[in-house]
Amino acid sequence: MKDLHRLTIHESHALLKEKKISSVELTRAVLKYLESIDGKIRSCMRITADHALKSAEAADRAIAEGRCSPLTGVPAVIKDNMCTRGITTTCSSKMLENFVPPYDAHVIEKLNAVNAVMAGKANMDEFAMGSSTENSAFFTTHNPWNLDCVPGGSSGGSAAAVAADACIYALGSDTGGSIRQPAGFCGVVGLKPTYGRVSRYGLVAFASSLDQIGPLAKDVTDAALIMNVISGHDRRDSTTVPLGVPDYVKALKTGIKGLRIGIPREYLVEGMQPAVRQTIENAVKKLEELGAKVDWKVSLPNTRFGLAAYYILAPSEASANLARYDGVKYGYSYRDTTSMWESMEKTKQFGFGAEVKRRIMLGTYALSAGYYDAYYLKAQKVRTLIRRDFDLAFEKYDVLITPTSPTVAFKIGEKADDPVQMYLSDVCTLPINIAGVPAISIPAGFVDGLPVGMQFIGKHFSEETLLRAAYAYEQATPWHKQKPVIA
Amino acid sequence: MKLTDEEVRHIALLARLGISDAEVEKFRTQLSNILENFDILSQADTEGLPPTAQSVALENIYRPDEAGPSLPADDVLANAPGREENYFKVNAVLE
Repeated sequence: MKDLHRLTIHESHALLKEKKISSVELTRAVLKYLESIDGKIRSCMRITADHALKSAEAADRAIAEGRCSPLTGVPAVIKDNMCTRGITTTCSSKMLENFVPPYDAHVIEKLNAVNAVMAGKANMDEFAMGSSTENSAFFTTHNPWNLDCVPGGSSGGSAAAVAADACIYALGSDTGGSIRQPAGFCGVVGLKPTYGRVSRYGLVAFASSLDQIGPLAKDVTDAALIMNVISGHDRRDSTTVPLGVPDYVKALKTGIKGLRIGIPREYLVEGMQPAVRQTIENAVKKLEELGAKVDWKVSLPNTRFGLAAYYILAPSEASANLARYDGVKYGYSYRDTTSMWESMEKTKQFGFGAEVKRRIMLGTYALSAGYYDAYYLKAQKVRTLIRRDFDLAFEKYDVLITPTSPTVAFKIGEKADDPVQMYLSDVCTLPINIAGVPAISIPAGFVDGLPVGMQFIGKHFSEETLLRAAYAYEQATPWHKQKPVIA
Repeated sequence: MKLTDEEVRHIALLARLGISDAEVEKFRTQLSNILENFDILSQADTEGLPPTAQSVALENIYRPDEAGPSLPADDVLANAPGREENYFKVNAVLE
């Protein structure tokens, strides 16, 4: 048997159900490995060992009583922007360094209800704004495949922990690529569900019309198992849709014969690493061999407006959402003054990092008198154009395929001082959030020893199709079985 | 679009974001660069198009206005930077 921390969810579940291992054993093994390795990877803001072991004991009692669902007793790492009652939730920001939520996020309630185990809270870019974890106010996470490289972001801690086998799975959040881009950089599976599929209740808000929680997993089956638990309507998030949740695992094995795949040429962008492009083309040929019908000449003509529209819409929403951090109810508060305004201004000045301030400024500007029509309203209309591109394409294709990112993981520090270059690393992922459709990134090969992510995009609520296509490719290729050797 | 120092300070004031002189200089350059990249949107033909606020076709979700249990006051106030009895304590708003 392999080391317990290297198991997938479905492998762990089989052993737990047969009582060949206990959740306490599995959790101890994960914690031991996570603690031994996290000095190098730095995936976690905090490792919640005591909490995890208590949950594992409860899971073992549930299993003894015959209640063993696929996530029962299986340890996960949770991105540190999901509220966990009684456990500090920092968003990797000084603003929330000491914030202890009085309630659980909806997804945490869902996990608790099946006796899942939380082993740690994952590092991220501050308030989920960034593509590398370098915007964390505390430290940068390292890519397990090359410790000099970023893991991607903003869910970089979650992706790195899964890639390093330092947990069994993780949850992340994705506003413009924050699950898929780090999944691609770290060689794991990452799914951004359809907007409205998973409740955002208790997720610290960044851009409310774009944010969505989703799984980071070691394989496609695990991603489906996680989706089965976290999906569904929640009255506390009125943007969740009142649709039933299918069994995402059931859909996996029906094959892709006749699946209509389109390759949008606008995504093979200028500045794309040629070897990344080649890797994706080879992967698509593999899907063709497996029975899919591929059209290599699809056009989504408004793709070129995606980046600009996103960097108006997301900061605008962020500037409104982050106005709540005024030092009154919770979070960092500058109190060394008798002036209310000075207290508020200095709270934000000292509580937020550079990228968060940049986006608040950008969003405030785009929403301000005289500029609203030219920026915000224009971007919302462009959003309509981008959405229509996808609607039209999905009349002809079941799945669109693109690289997840134009390059493999870049070096720590390489883009840290150039916001425009950093924003470009999300150019293939952010149109998907703009349109609200689902997309999954899966490993498709390696370039220079670093993983390449392939993105499958589908129409609203087509997660079953995406998972089925991703599963077919995964089962025909060796990439998900390759693991980094951590130096 | 080139921003001036005054515009940067004005935006910061609108956001009630304290800003140092060094940050004014840094944001002036960086935000101007970013705004230049937005010029491409003028090429998008959006004549007569409706704006999209969010992407899933749900509107006006209602639910009955029923009172339910709330979090205990002590839990809610546990993170308060300043507290007096069951209130958040702030500096004087009116002087």
